Amino acid sequence: MRRMWILGIESSCDETGLALYHDQRGLVAHAVHSQIDLHQAYGGVVPELASRDHVRRIVPLYRQVLADAGIVAADIDAVAYTAGPGLAGALLVGAAFAESVALALGRPAIPIHHLEGHLLSPLLSADPPAYPFVALLVSGGHTQLMRVSAVGEYEMLGETLDDAAGEAFDKTAKLLGLPYPGGPALAALAQQGTPGRVKLPRPMLNSGDLDFSFSGLKTAVLNAVNKGLDEAGRADLAAEFQEAVVDVLVGKSLAALRQTRLKQLVVAGGVGANRRLRERLDLELAQRKGRVFYPELALCTDNGAMIAFAGAQRLAAGLAHPADAHEIAVRPRWPLDTL
Amino acid sequence: MKLLALETSAETASVALLTGDRLLHREGGTPGTHARFVLGWVETLLEEGGCALAEIDGIAFSAGPGSFTGLRLAVSVAQGLAVAADLPLIAVPTLHALAFGRGDGLHLCCMDARMSEVYSQACEVRGDAVIARSEVRVGAPGDLSPPPGEPAQWQACGSGFALPATQSLHWLPTLAGIDASAAPHARDVARLGARLLDAGQTVDAALAAPLYIRDKVAQTTAERLAAGGRA
Repeated sequence: MRRMWILGIESSCDETGLALYHDQRGLVAHAVHSQIDLHQAYGGVVPELASRDHVRRIVPLYRQVLADAGIVAADIDAVAYTAGPGLAGALLVGAAFAESVALALGRPAIPIHHLEGHLLSPLLSADPPAYPFVALLVSGGHTQLMRVSAVGEYEMLGETLDDAAGEAFDKTAKLLGLPYPGGPALAALAQQGTPGRVKLPRPMLNSGDLDFSFSGLKTAVLNAVNKGLDEAGRADLAAEFQEAVVDVLVGKSLAALRQTRLKQLVVAGGVGANRRLRERLDLELAQRKGRVFYPELALCTDNGAMIAFAGAQRLAAGLAHPADAHEIAVRPRWPLDTL
Repeated sequence: MKLLALETSAETASVALLTGDRLLHREGGTPGTHARFVLGWVETLLEEGGCALAEIDGIAFSAGPGSFTGLRLAVSVAQGLAVAADLPLIAVPTLHALAFGRGDGLHLCCMDARMSEVYSQACEVRGDAVIARSEVRVGAPGDLSPPPGEPAQWQACGSGFALPATQSLHWLPTLAGIDASAAPHARDVARLGARLLDAGQTVDAALAAPLYIRDKVAQTTAERLAAGGRA
């Protein structure tokens, strides 16, 4: 088989990511621009501003990855891009750019599901898991457990019924007066506190299924905050909140491994960077002679590398589905198990 | 000269291919569906015109103001084609294209900007040039200024004049005529783009940007709190 360069483009939310993956050399170049600073003053992602920034960033990032890889446009063999789920306007920028590059080069454009990118991203590491495995996708937009049998073969085991875990982190951080984005700030504050001094629920931990719910936890935090907290109390609450989320994520992940009789767990998405979650999962899996795999830290947040990689996997498996007649179509809501 | 032109700022989308004196174009769609057709039209027109993208001298896009999503669609498509085929881009102001489509004379251009506002600009078309006679503005239709000079020399055009608040402006009947169905089209973006390209007024793909005009799109946390809202 001839060697292939796959350009990957991600623009589903507040990160513009471009990357070049080579089917023999692996990930050769990737670059991400995060819009965190842009949205900070607004206390959250403003979709219109996110879309505007993608337009500003996409060409410089494209040129950067080509220069880093030492190739020219004509060397690109396929263009993979995030077609959904995500913010419609933000997705459209990446999709329109990607489909246009592909048309101009006479190469296929491959629409990729954002979460497929995340759940395959640990396969980009030096010591990747082998199929099949259980994937815990946990980010600001998603909390799901999937059984992954092969590229394109995903079975939904359970998902959140309301807030995503990362969303609960961000909302709780806001209640505690921490700056946006709250997840990392909350985790830092939690380090100074002791879990258990304040009591928070572990929602649905023993529900008997693999679904999640985090909105009640946020309400419990609000009640605790309303009772009044000193500095130490805030740290204790942050620690207890983090412990509660981690307890639920770990408990459900172990249950998913039991149910599927699998030993490998893949953790992907921004919350997968949380240190406490990693400590607990590493410990629990080691005790069960299982193993947990994470993407490299730089690939935990949204990025083009995972999209390029997913595109390469789909091409290799004959599962790349270029859009009809160069239609630029995005799917802001797109269940992963319908792939 | 060979030039490709994109117009997706308003209700109907269009793409045009200018090759010498020959102008091919496609148009259609409804708001929210432009993304489905635009690239297909690009491919069809290139085939019909018997020219490869590499033979094109530049890509003109209708830069705005207009639908934010529509403007981004045209810019993103233009950027993607430009970087892959190494072509210069030409940003054509949308209201200039609207005026140009009306032919020689004085045109008060006004497009519906949604959110109870309109985009407007007074433009003079003379031969193959458009001369701005006022700044591009966004504002309430009732605040639309009459064009400079003698009103009877001006024609009103654009979807903004279909709004009741614009139609009730007391000075509107003093204009020479009103065509609220007039809309920007890629063939005019192509003709204006060709002139700009001749004049060397191109923009690198990295710097190509929509002309949004409406730039305040959200309140910061501090602004919400100052207005008595929640963080």
